Amino acid sequence: MNDVAIRITGVSHRFGEEGDARGVRALRDASLEVMRGELVCLIGPSGCGKSTLLNIMGGLMTPTAGEVEVLGRRVVAPMPRDIAFVFQENALFPWNTVLDNINLGMVFQGVPRAARDARAQRSLEAVGLADFAQHYPAQLSGGMRQRAALARALSLETGILLMDEPFGALDEQTRMILGEDLSVLLARTDKTIVFVTHSLGEATFLADRVAVFSARPGTIKELIAVDEPHPRKPEFATSAKFTALRNRLYELLHEEIRKTMAETETYADEIGSRTRS
Amino acid sequence: MNAAKQQRQRLGSGAVQTAFLIVLIALWYLATTRWRVSPLLLPNPVAVLADFWDILSTGEFIGDLRVTLTELAAAFAIAACGGLVVGYLVGRSRYRIAVFEPLFAGIYSIPIILFLPLYVLFFGLGPASKIALGASISFFPIALNTIAGFGYVDRLLVVAARSMGASEYQLFRYVLLPAALPVILSGMRIGFTVALLSIIGSETIASLAGLGHRIVHLAEAMEMTRMFAYIVFVVAIAATLNALVSALEARVRSAR
Repeated sequence: MNDVAIRITGVSHRFGEEGDARGVRALRDASLEVMRGELVCLIGPSGCGKSTLLNIMGGLMTPTAGEVEVLGRRVVAPMPRDIAFVFQENALFPWNTVLDNINLGMVFQGVPRAARDARAQRSLEAVGLADFAQHYPAQLSGGMRQRAALARALSLETGILLMDEPFGALDEQTRMILGEDLSVLLARTDKTIVFVTHSLGEATFLADRVAVFSARPGTIKELIAVDEPHPRKPEFATSAKFTALRNRLYELLHEEIRKTMAETETYADEIGSRTRS
Repeated sequence: MNAAKQQRQRLGSGAVQTAFLIVLIALWYLATTRWRVSPLLLPNPVAVLADFWDILSTGEFIGDLRVTLTELAAAFAIAACGGLVVGYLVGRSRYRIAVFEPLFAGIYSIPIILFLPLYVLFFGLGPASKIALGASISFFPIALNTIAGFGYVDRLLVVAARSMGASEYQLFRYVLLPAALPVILSGMRIGFTVALLSIIGSETIASLAGLGHRIVHLAEAMEMTRMFAYIVFVVAIAATLNALVSALEARVRSAR
């Protein structure tokens, strides 16, 4: 009986052709097992391939080597019934209201019309945007936009949520609040979440396990377990346990971050090549 | 800016535009009466107005107007269908954009109206040559804008839609089309204006009927007053059509 939601075995990925001077080895032999119902954070220096790995997990990219299995099945394409994404940048459709955005997601997934209203309402309430259903994304703050994006992902009622630095563009205070809300949400539902972040504090606060990446070409250097039940209380963030874990992450990462800074290629190149597919 | 201030600004700019027109007409009047400009160059505006009413009341304009408008409708319809389809097909492929976009932009920068004699050779002096020319010219801004619209949709929106399970058709209908619509619409508006200009222009060069033809005919007969009356008429028609098209564009934009 598989309690493993996502299994990645020896995944390597290279952008560009073999021998291409501008080619980039994004990932090197990454392996990971994500269990059902847990929240795993992927953290690492810029350009280490964590977002690439997330895209590969979700079927948005095919790795140049290695295998990905989700719920026991090989991943070759997006799996909209099982996996929902929340992206860092604003991926809401700007010409639609929040409610229309959520409905459209369900149209794409194939949810029958009769069920859409209830699901939309539930997900809006879950993120606290019930009063903003008729607003356009441009009328919302960054934090609210990401809440809306989360609502859209939740309404798809997938077992797995892949989140690529969803709070990355937000200020620290909003991040804290949204992080606490996410933890509450996780405790209530049974979702498996993989969460990419740059922030040590965020990773320690949210994750059941943290996968620490090495510098590019990225591989998973170490897995740190955070043994604390969800929903995480705000007090956890000031506890000694939290500080110890966060410090451990810092130690592991610092060396890798230094290595990354020494490289000549910039993160911007990474983004450019990643979104090319 | 609140609603009251916006209203005042709009009235203000309307007043300036009206004042501009009034000054222009006043200068025209002075030129023909006080400043002794030859009536062969610039006829008296009062006489022009009289002829204008005559044209309207006798319905003399109907035949030519019908010809010009039919040519315009046909040319624009052909250009729009062609431009939209080609624009979509090219716009969805990076490679095709690289091949065709410079090609279309290059052709569009040539004064295609110079080829009117060729069109007349193929299609005759009747409306067909005007329609063909109008469609040829109007095609390009529509196609180019459609290429721009479809070719530069935010990649992230496409990725997000695909991750949620959108089919090709759903992607087109719910993501590509609304994203590209503003650019496409302005392309259509430009195409319409360009079609109108090309058709009236080519009617003045080689035609048997139509408003442009009528104007040139009157010029050759030295009937300056009546010719100016027709020019005023054409200006009014063109302004009305353009206003309609712009309003339509605005309506569709806000409805998406």
